[in-house]
Amino acid sequence: MLEIKNLHVKLEEEDKQILKGVDLTVEAGKVHAIMGPNGSGKSTLSYVLSGRDGYEVTDGSATLLGEDLLDMEVEDRAAAGLFLAFQYPVEIPGVGNMTFLRTAVNAQRKARGEEEMSSAEFLKVIRARAKDLKIDAEMLKRPVNVGFSGGEKKRNEILQMAMLEPKMCILDETDSGLDVDAMKLVADGVNALRDEGRGFLVITHYQRLLDHIKPDVVHIMANGRIIKTGGPELALEVEQNGYADILEEVA
Amino acid sequence: MALPQAKQDATEARITALSLPEGGWADPARRDALARVRAMGLPNARDEYWKFTRPDTLVAAEAPAAATMDSGEAPLFDSRDRLKLVFVDGVFSPEESDDLSLEGVTIDRLAEAKDIHWAKDLYGVLEARAQSPVARPLAALNTAFASDGLLIHVTGKPSKPISLIYRHVSDRSDAILHHVVKVDPGAEATILENGPAAARFNKCMEVDVAEGACLHHIRAQGRDHERRAATHIFARLEKESVFKSFTLTVNGAMTRNEVVVEFTGDDAVAHVAGACMGDGDFHHDDTVFVTHDAVNCESRQVFKKVLRNGATGVFQGKILVKPDAQKTDGYQISQSLLLDGDSQFLAKPELEIYADDVACSHGSTSGAIDEDGLFYLRARGVPRGTAEDLLTIAFIAEAVQEVEDESLQEDLVERVAGWLARRRD
Ligand SMILES: Nc1ncnc2c1ncn2[C@@H]1O[C@H](COP(=O)(O)OP(=O)(O)O)[C@@H](O)[C@H]1O
Ligand SMILES: [Mg+2]
Repeated sequence: MLEIKNLHVKLEEEDKQILKGVDLTVEAGKVHAIMGPNGSGKSTLSYVLSGRDGYEVTDGSATLLGEDLLDMEVEDRAAAGLFLAFQYPVEIPGVGNMTFLRTAVNAQRKARGEEEMSSAEFLKVIRARAKDLKIDAEMLKRPVNVGFSGGEKKRNEILQMAMLEPKMCILDETDSGLDVDAMKLVADGVNALRDEGRGFLVITHYQRLLDHIKPDVVHIMANGRIIKTGGPELALEVEQNGYADILEEVA
Repeated sequence: MALPQAKQDATEARITALSLPEGGWADPARRDALARVRAMGLPNARDEYWKFTRPDTLVAAEAPAAATMDSGEAPLFDSRDRLKLVFVDGVFSPEESDDLSLEGVTIDRLAEAKDIHWAKDLYGVLEARAQSPVARPLAALNTAFASDGLLIHVTGKPSKPISLIYRHVSDRSDAILHHVVKVDPGAEATILENGPAAARFNKCMEVDVAEGACLHHIRAQGRDHERRAATHIFARLEKESVFKSFTLTVNGAMTRNEVVVEFTGDDAVAHVAGACMGDGDFHHDDTVFVTHDAVNCESRQVFKKVLRNGATGVFQGKILVKPDAQKTDGYQISQSLLLDGDSQFLAKPELEIYADDVACSHGSTSGAIDEDGLFYLRARGVPRGTAEDLLTIAFIAEAVQEVEDESLQEDLVERVAGWLARRRD
C-alpha cells in the first residue's frame, strides 16, 4: 500500500535535515503505529507524504499503490487515496463544514472519474457518520473547525476520513488532547474503517490509543529514523520504560 | 476664501458642460447646490479627502469612454419577484419598467414631479447637511444637475423589493441620477440596485428613515471594466429605525462610494457593508462617515476587498461620536485580500469620540490567502483553484452576511464565484 524507502528530507528554507533515511512499508489491511519522542520527525513524515510546502526531499522515495507520491499535487494524492488526520486541524472561517466536505468528496470523485454524490445522498451519509461520532447538526453547519474544542476538531478529522473513504490513512497524534470518552469515539471511528483494502499509520505518543486501535506493527522513530520495529509489545515497553532504554540500546 | 485658480477653472469647465434642469419644485435646491459647488470647488488631487483616489476622471468636463461587457450571465436578481424600474444610460425607461404602482409605496420620477412634493424637505437637504465637516462637492454637483431619478415614498410594507436596474448602452454616456427615499414611521422596504449605469455615473441617494422604520438596501455595481462611478448615500436615522446597506462591486476602472450616516434619534441601527472584487486596472474607494448624535445607537461598517493583478482598494471610514451620544456602539472593520504582490490596499480608519460611555472598535488588515487553510483544503482533495475560490468567498462572507435575506446572499456569492471562475478560464 504505502512504501517509503530511504526517505531523506530537509527544510526548504534552512539547512536542517529532519528525516535521515526512513524505511517503512504499510500493507493493505494493516495498522502500523509510529511512536517516538517529540521532535523526532513524525509530523514531518506525514506532511511530506501529503505534500505540504516547505520541505525538500533530498533522497529516497514514497509510493502509494505503486504510484510516486512525491511527484503529485497535494489534491491528487488525496484523490489517489491518501488521507492525513492533522495533528493541528486548521480553522477556516467562512467555509461551512458541510460545504467543505461535500466539495471535497465530489472533487475526489470527479478526479477519479466517478459520479458525484447527490445532495440528498450526501446528507444521508453524513448524518449517519456524524451521529456515530456524536457530531451534531450544529457542528456540521459551523465554519470548518472554528470554535471547535480540541476533541471536536479531532472527531471532525475522523468524520472527514469516514466520508472520504481513503485507502491509506495517516493519523498524526489524533489522541492528543482527548479525554477517555472522546478517545473511545475516535478509536471506534477508526476501527469501523478497518478493512482489508485499507492501511493505517497511527502516530502517537502514548500506548493509550493503541489499547483501542490495536496495531499490527509498532515502529519507534528517533532523530529522523525508524530505529526499532516490533509487535504491539513494543508499545507497552515504551509505556513502561520510556524511550531512553530503546535509544540507548540502538546507540 | 477664494479657490485656487486651477480648481475654479476645472469646476467651471465641468459646470459649463452641463445644463441646469429648470422649472420645477427642485429649482431652489438646485440653485443652492450650484452655489455650494462653486464655493467648494470640485475635488482635485491636492484635497486631503482625495489623497488615495484621483478624482480627475470623475470631475473632467467630458467622461472617458467605457465599453460595455457581456459576461453571458443572467442579470442579478433576474429571477426574483420585484418592482422593476429600469434606467438606460441614466434615463428612466417607462417601457422597460413595471407600472410605478405598488401597495405601500408611491414612486415618482424626479424629471416629472413638477408639483410641490414631500421630497422638497429632503432633496439636497441631507446632502447639504453632510457638507460639513468634510466637503463632498460631487454630491452637490449631483443635486444641481441630476436630470433623472426616483422619489420613493414608503408608507407601508411593500410586498416585494423595489429594484432599480441600470443599463449601460453607450460607450460615452455620462449620467447623473438623484434618488430620494423617505420611509414613514413603522414602514419597511427593500431597495435593490444593480447594473453598470453609464460610462461615467454620478449618483446620490438621500434616505430618511423615520421612527421605527426599516430600509434594506442591496446594491451590485456592474462589471464593465472601464466604467467610472462616484456615488453618495446620505442616510438620516430617526428613533428606533434601521438602515442596512450592502454593496458588491465587481470590476470598474474607478469607483468612489461615499456613505454618510447620521443618527438623529435614539436606539437606531445602521449597518454599512461592502465587498469588492478588483482585477488589474481597478480602483475602488469606500469612504464612510458615521455621526452619532443620539443615545444608544449601533453602527457597523464591514468592508472587504479582494484585489489582484495591480488593483487598488481604498477605505476611509470614520465614526464621530458627539458629546451627548452616550451608549454608542460603533464597529468598523476593513480588510483586504491581496491575491498577488502587485495589488495594494490603503486604509484610513478614524474614531473621533466626545462622549465617555461608548464602545467603539475598529480594525484594518491586509493579507494574502491563508496557506494553512489552502493546504488543508487541498489535502482533502479540493483542487487548488477551487480551494482558493472557497477561501476568497469565505473572506468576504462577514460583509455579505450583513445582508439579512439569505437568498440575496446566495445571489451575491454566485456573482463573486462567477467572477473568480472567469479569472481562471
Ligand atoms: N517548518 C518547520 N520549520 C522549522 N522547523 C521545523 C519545521 N518542521 C519541522 N521542524 C523541526 O523538525 C523537527 C521534527 O519536527 P516534527 O516532525 O514536528 O516532530 P514530531 O512530530 O515527531 O514531534 C523538530 O526539530 C522541528 O522543530
Ligand atoms: Mg508531531
